[in-house]
Amino acid sequence: MRNLFLILVLLFATPLFAVEPDEILDDPVLEQRARDISKNLRCLVCRNENIDSSNAGIAKDLRLLVRERLVAGDSNTEAVDFIVDRYGEYVLLKPRMSRENAVLYLTGPVLLVLGAIGAFLYLRRRSRRPSQSQGELSREEAERLAQLLKD
Amino acid sequence: MFAEIGHFTVLLAFTVSIVQSVVPLVGAQKNWAGWMRLADTTALAQFILIGISFAALTYSFVVSDFSLAIVAANSHSAKPMLYKITGVWGNHEGSMLLWILILVFYGALVALFGRNLPSALKARVLAVQAMISAAFLAFLVFTSNPFLRIAVPPADGNDLNPLLQDPGLAFHPPFLYLGYVGLSMSFSFAVAALIEGRVDAAWARWVRPWTLLAWVTLTIGIALGSWWAYYELGWGGWWFWDPVENASFMPWLIAAALLHSAIVVEKRDALKSWTVLLAILAFSFSLIGTFIVRSGVITSVHAFANDPERGVFILAILTVAIGGALTLYAARAGQLRTTAVFGLISRESGLVLNNLLLVVATAVVFFGTIWPLVAELTTGRKLSVGAPFFDAAFTPFMIVLVAILPLGAILPWKRAQVGKSFKNLRGALALSIALGVLVWSLQTGGRMLAPFGLALAAWLVLGAVMDLLVRARYRENPIGTTLRRLRNLPRSDWGKAVAHAGLGLTVFGIAAITAWEQEDIRVVELNERFVVGAYEFQLNEVVDQNGKNYSAQIGSVTAYKNNREVAELRPEKRFYPVQQMPTTEAAIDIGLTRDLYVVLGDKQGDSGWTIRTYIKPFSNWIWIGSLVMALGGCLSLTDRRYRVAGAARPSARRAAQPAE
Repeated sequence: MRNLFLILVLLFATPLFAVEPDEILDDPVLEQRARDISKNLRCLVCRNENIDSSNAGIAKDLRLLVRERLVAGDSNTEAVDFIVDRYGEYVLLKPRMSRENAVLYLTGPVLLVLGAIGAFLYLRRRSRRPSQSQGELSREEAERLAQLLKD
Repeated sequence: MFAEIGHFTVLLAFTVSIVQSVVPLVGAQKNWAGWMRLADTTALAQFILIGISFAALTYSFVVSDFSLAIVAANSHSAKPMLYKITGVWGNHEGSMLLWILILVFYGALVALFGRNLPSALKARVLAVQAMISAAFLAFLVFTSNPFLRIAVPPADGNDLNPLLQDPGLAFHPPFLYLGYVGLSMSFSFAVAALIEGRVDAAWARWVRPWTLLAWVTLTIGIALGSWWAYYELGWGGWWFWDPVENASFMPWLIAAALLHSAIVVEKRDALKSWTVLLAILAFSFSLIGTFIVRSGVITSVHAFANDPERGVFILAILTVAIGGALTLYAARAGQLRTTAVFGLISRESGLVLNNLLLVVATAVVFFGTIWPLVAELTTGRKLSVGAPFFDAAFTPFMIVLVAILPLGAILPWKRAQVGKSFKNLRGALALSIALGVLVWSLQTGGRMLAPFGLALAAWLVLGAVMDLLVRARYRENPIGTTLRRLRNLPRSDWGKAVAHAGLGLTVFGIAAITAWEQEDIRVVELNERFVVGAYEFQLNEVVDQNGKNYSAQIGSVTAYKNNREVAELRPEKRFYPVQQMPTTEAAIDIGLTRDLYVVLGDKQGDSGWTIRTYIKPFSNWIWIGSLVMALGGCLSLTDRRYRVAGAARPSARRAAQPAE
């Protein structure tokens, strides 16, 4: 169903481009930093699109704001903080690693550890099942065999 | 008239599905052969009835019958014929009917080709299938009737969203649905097995082809969707971690896990209850996907005509299906006993690890997808989870999976020694690392991504080759014998190796495009040349031209390499008057080593135009790899053991597979 309904694009795909030539900074290093930052910021009126590829007006405003901050000498973190202060956490496409988001970040590792323990216990049980007797003899069996052979 | 026939047959199919969800189940319980056999007839009847209503709806679209609400809302008389037909499923109601058509198609397949199934199992499977189709037919009839008339038909329709007027719409949704809905077969088999309380190698052999078929079509569907987004959206993104994409990706991941665990059930009679659980989960994720897309609770790029009432209805179906199946599972899973014994190091363990990684990765995607919803409900915070999160949280699992895959695939069953198996892979590993180092030393700029990705990809492909060679015992035999043995390997071995190699190709494409893509955005004057990477481009002219239902400006851009002309690109800007919507049509020169991707922008000044140019290295390998994976699945599907009577004796099977 899914990729089909690209309706956001219906709402926001104007023939305008995402990043436009007049936005680009002269300093390629600063511009690259701006692009990297833009990829992690959400276009607020769009559905799940970053400001780097969005055509909406607010995305353009945010792109210009990011570049303004970088030109003013902000570090990447400072520039992002500046925008989060004004637009809220919603603007971040990757939520901060905070206590509130602990569940989000810990789900993977915790499930992996629990799953690994479960899998290990299961595998160990499987590898200890009795039919080993087909191949090797258990100690009691070996003793009995030795007994029998002695007799 | 035709619409009324279609409406009528939908209602008939609904009643038939209710009969089919009860009678065969009772028959199986009481061992009444006639009641069980009824399922065959009703399954075919459902397919024919839904087929008629689908044909009726298609006919209404083809003749542009605007007295039908969804035709008026989604079609237009000037639309090209292909898009009139694909428009049938380019909307909520019609796509739901397609969903159901495919569901009953699978039911009919079981009725027709399931002759070797025990009659009780078959009756139960078809009864569970019928419960699903009854639920969705009720959903269709009561909340999403595609056959609704409007009292005053408009003179012409509202047209289809221009982005959907693309051949992609002809193939992408049907393949996706074949995959999603195909997983209902695994679900029905799992529930039927739980009712019977028996899961054995034979059950696994029956359930595996259906899962394979669903996984193959889902792979193709997702790949087509990704490629469609790549060429349609105007900047060449191919995966967005959008909730709706995740909705198709989660069932794919679980289906992949299920495919692997079903092998263990079939070959080793172990992991039974786990496999049954995966079968339930796989279809559950399909249902969750349906819910996400059609309820609108999670904002997504692929918004639908969202409607809370529909959302609640699907949520109810979801709860009953998943809750019911899991309750049954909790009650019965204990009866599924395993007797098999295998060592901590064995193929079985490798497959358990595969399942662990795939399932945890799915859980990460799932939590990421629903986290904004959960956070808002519990704490009222509004936040976003997007691509940067998933890239960081999901990728590590895939890297580990890929890193251990070749070794796990080559380990013998029951008891293995890592050292001994690894000996066969030493060459492959050395070569992969050497390739990575070579790329690292050749590339300018220090990103480790490309060398690392390429080494992983080579490791997968070479590992798959070694897997086949080892199976053919290449060390002990001369080349001629090895080749003959390779030819005689079972199709499932070839399928496995081909699918794993396909994954390698996809990994390569992803790493290459992520690391090496070049982008250029600028204002270009007519006849001005500009340089992007190793290429030069020149904008020759921009002309106005009209299509059947749109007007367009078409640019002509020539690409040169070393002063030789390599491609003529014609990017377009279109305007669809009916929907008042502009679109961009990127021009792509497709190649195996790179795509040249040019997009025409706005006019600037007297003769200047904004042009975006991308050089996308090896991008097509992403989709080539996906198709190779699907091909591997198809090879497995044609394996002899699925074609001969399902209950063939193991000894006969052994004899047919000399290299096993």
